[in-house]
Amino acid sequence: MKRVYLDHIAATPLHPDALEAMLPFLRERFGNPQSIHSDGQVVLEAVEEAREKVGDLINASAGEILFTASGSEANNMAVKGLALASRTRGTHLIFSAVEHLSVLNAAKSLEKSGFRATLVPVDKTGLVDPRDVEKALTKETTLVSVMLANSEVGTIEPIAEIAKICRARNVLVHTDAVAAAGNIPVDVKALGLDALSLAGDQFYGPKGGAALFLKKGTRILPLIDGGIQEGGRRGGTENVAAIVGLGKAAEIALARMGERMKKVRALSDMLIEGLPKKIDHCVLTGHRENRLPHHASFCIEFIEGEAMLLSLDMKGIAASSGSACTSKALKASHVLLAMGMDHALAQGSIVFSSLESTSAEDIDYLLGVFPPIIDRLRKMSPLYTKFLEEKKK
Amino acid sequence: MIYSDKVMDHFSNPRNVGVLPDADGVGQVGNPVCGDMMAFYIKVKDNRLTDIKFQTFGCGAAIAVSSIVSEMAMGKTLKEAMAITNDRVAEELGGLPKNKLHCSNLGADALHEAIKDYQSKSQAGAREAAVAASPTHDVHDESCSCPYCDGPLEGREEVCSCHHCDIELMECPECGKYTNKAEETCVSCGAKIVK
Repeated sequence: MKRVYLDHIAATPLHPDALEAMLPFLRERFGNPQSIHSDGQVVLEAVEEAREKVGDLINASAGEILFTASGSEANNMAVKGLALASRTRGTHLIFSAVEHLSVLNAAKSLEKSGFRATLVPVDKTGLVDPRDVEKALTKETTLVSVMLANSEVGTIEPIAEIAKICRARNVLVHTDAVAAAGNIPVDVKALGLDALSLAGDQFYGPKGGAALFLKKGTRILPLIDGGIQEGGRRGGTENVAAIVGLGKAAEIALARMGERMKKVRALSDMLIEGLPKKIDHCVLTGHRENRLPHHASFCIEFIEGEAMLLSLDMKGIAASSGSACTSKALKASHVLLAMGMDHALAQGSIVFSSLESTSAEDIDYLLGVFPPIIDRLRKMSPLYTKFLEEKKK
Repeated sequence: MIYSDKVMDHFSNPRNVGVLPDADGVGQVGNPVCGDMMAFYIKVKDNRLTDIKFQTFGCGAAIAVSSIVSEMAMGKTLKEAMAITNDRVAEELGGLPKNKLHCSNLGADALHEAIKDYQSKSQAGAREAAVAASPTHDVHDESCSCPYCDGPLEGREEVCSCHHCDIELMECPECGKYTNKAEETCVSCGAKIVK
């Protein structure tokens, strides 16, 4: 059967050139980059070249890039490492209510050891108001972490404004750019950031290749104590192949950014305009304009996300949802709830995110098969029956 | 696949979907907060279930569970239907993922509520009260799920119990999450539990 993969936010396929670049480091170039001999040094060179390329992607210098194993690790490292390193200055931290759980749970963990965290709200499009961040700042605040773009609703946050406010108060700013970096232009200098997390598997790089940008001179406490790798800030032998793959993916992403964005944005627009015309009680989630170009997310009323995902999968379509049933913890998405959506509507969450290789025919196929799936599930739904009865009255 | 072939079959082709406008009993359980909601409608003649229809708002497991419960109970006596347990439902479906086991509770519960509704109406002789006022379960939000099986929790006090694991749970004073009261340390944060 035809497969249509619309789950970019979960994983992207590895770019063939990134794979090619990685292969020697899974075969003959096995040396440890910390070794003095030439088998090590040739590998070190590749690692440093990748560092350069990742830096270029976000307008940072190579020395400001620390490799990690995942976006979650980069987020943990930033939140915990920066908070702990600035502990003598203060113990108050600020986050948005829609952060990834690797940020929110890192914050919870810090709260157990004496830190205090404030969550700033978002509006119904998922946007943080920089004035709310300003209001939440105290003399004790040392770190603000607000994501660059939300993977569940696609909204791009006003990070430059938030960072400007924080800089004036000498507060560190981190942004989780895992969903954004490699997909939209990101410039750490223009944004005025102290730290930024990114992950290669969001832009056609390998899983296991991610990075934390840390502005030169910023103090951080390591999560993994060990040797001298990553300037003593992350112990452990480097995952060389993943790092090299990440570097290659970053290089390609920078070169093809505009072209890729144009292509996937057209597909998202097809969905954002087309789907509500075909399905009643279907609302776009997130901001209409300030959103990731490859991202189209909706809540379909009266039905539940997992049932939609299973039905779509049977038609060959891969998508995502933030419904309670699709999460192991059986809780509705904290992002949608923070945007003021009620539980029943949040259960109908569905996210379609396109790849570079997705075609307009793929989206047409989705637009064709999705409405009958919704009809079928609604006919089964007691909430829909109740709605129809109330409409009759 | 996360689900067995039988679950997928019942999800794709659910049996007995719908509403019985002249139902003898209606049972509704669950709520959208924890993800699933089921409504069962039954017709009863000579103490037997002569027709069953259901509607479900929920995941694949919830839909499959409702479907198989309706099939298992069709034509059975009320007593036989009341004896259908969540374990038998899950078994009949060829198993369910651990965190979806609570769906099988809901299916059997919704059917049982419909039978109880019928019984209370026939006892009171007040048939006209039909469809209205079907019983619903307590709404629980944040602390929906058991830390061991992810199933829903009964009650939401400091101490509550997981129906499925058959254990008493308490809020850990250290991290605030539910943990087994009988254990020495919290399952989430490892803090020593003072009873």
